[in-house]
Amino acid sequence: MQLSGSPNTSKKYLFSKGVDEFFSDINKAYLFTITFFKQALTRPFHFREIINQSFEVGLKSLSLITLTGFIIGVVFTKQSRPSLESFGATSWLPSLIGIAIVKALGPLVTALICSGKVGSSIGAELGSMKVTEQIDAMEVSAINPFKYLVVTRVWATMIMIPILSLYCSFVGLLGSYVNVHSEEATSFINFYKNAFSTITFTDLFSSVIKSIVFGFTIGIVGCYKGFHATQGTRGVGRAANQAVVLSMFLVFIEEIVIVQIANWFRNY
Amino acid sequence: MEIYKPQHTINKSESVIIIKDLYKSFGELEVLKGIDLNVFKGENIAILGKSGTGKSVLIKTIIGLLKPDKGTVEVLGKEVETLSGKELDALRLRIGFSFQNSALYDSMNIYQNLAFPLTMNIKNLSKNEVDQAVEEVLESVGLRDKIYQMPSDLSGGQRKRIGIARTLILKPEIMLYDEPTSGLDPITSSEINDLINEVQQQYNTSSVIITHDLTCAKKTGNRVAMLLEGKFLKIGTFENVFESDDDRIKSFFNYNFIQ
Repeated sequence: MQLSGSPNTSKKYLFSKGVDEFFSDINKAYLFTITFFKQALTRPFHFREIINQSFEVGLKSLSLITLTGFIIGVVFTKQSRPSLESFGATSWLPSLIGIAIVKALGPLVTALICSGKVGSSIGAELGSMKVTEQIDAMEVSAINPFKYLVVTRVWATMIMIPILSLYCSFVGLLGSYVNVHSEEATSFINFYKNAFSTITFTDLFSSVIKSIVFGFTIGIVGCYKGFHATQGTRGVGRAANQAVVLSMFLVFIEEIVIVQIANWFRNY
Repeated sequence: MEIYKPQHTINKSESVIIIKDLYKSFGELEVLKGIDLNVFKGENIAILGKSGTGKSVLIKTIIGLLKPDKGTVEVLGKEVETLSGKELDALRLRIGFSFQNSALYDSMNIYQNLAFPLTMNIKNLSKNEVDQAVEEVLESVGLRDKIYQMPSDLSGGQRKRIGIARTLILKPEIMLYDEPTSGLDPITSSEINDLINEVQQQYNTSSVIITHDLTCAKKTGNRVAMLLEGKFLKIGTFENVFESDDDRIKSFFNYNFIQ
């Protein structure tokens, strides 16, 4: 027997409700993204807030990216050396590490770290502002909250994640150099020359474009989840959590798609 | 005990808010079921009612945060739901909205909270002009010494005052208060009631005060409107409404007195 006023818990009802919510969520996310593109290129631009947010994004992730990038460089070199040694190809080590870090690991690791650090922080901050009516307070003061809160944060992640990604690649190569240098006497400049010898402009360009796409994804997902947070503090926690999970998932999908597209361009 | 209410000029020939036949539902839940209301220039109107009767929905509809399903809301001569984004922003600059939980920006200190609506809406203001405006509104709510504190360092009553100060900085013609005394002790509530009356006197505003606090309604409202089950049961002076023969109004007043 169903208690009066208690929620309907039948499987059929819950399934249909779930499907309905899924498509409604996709539609809302689509409209949210379209609104971003409409508002991102129109005045006012809130440059000061973009700089503040860029500083936040950079500062929040810098130490973790430095540590992770350096360790990846060291470990990847250590793991690759025995395989290359068995072919007598240790001189290829810098090129191999260069390709792996600049083309794939640098942007991907940076995006994953920023999904966790920045995505969750944006989701929680905007979620908390939503449930405490701070976003409504902006709206009734004739301030466009979407422009001030969302557009500035997404610009910041789109600007900072490519920079952090290049920084992560540099630190990763530094870690690799430290490991190579401990085994054989190689100069720093020689190592970097070798590492970049096989990297083309298309590789660097696609790596930067990929990071901009990752930055956009992390920013827009964090803002979307925060902006639509409901049900008090529980909703804020859920917004932060979903921002991380969804942006990481999308980053992996985008990685596959962008690598495919870059390969098509290379073949042409 | 007789409650002192300052005299204020009300222009009954000029309405600043005209609501006609307003309906609003959320899914199957009907919240407002045909609201009609006129707020005169210079008047404070207190809207009394139980929790969940649609009081907050009503003021959010007045300021355009919610769209009505049916009916019209005209504020300062403009029909809210027909306005474009820019027109609505221009209208909102003439309305102050004090939130139930103050809604102060918790990442900003009090100075930044107060300066924010000013600097975002009025370009080319000098630092001196902003400082002067911030000090003036802080003075009028009696919290000059809290200027560089964070919202988390303030008490509930102080947060309410700063929330009101933030709306006053844009010199609004209409003030909307959402439960201004909820969650406050009787002494702080009384101070907030006095502040609402001072704002009416000093800034010559018309106000809509949403409350379930009888003292607040009596002390601040020139008229009181009793909202129950999505409709106004009675509108008049506090005494008119209090002496109503309607059982639902009587039970609301009796319950609140017992509380």
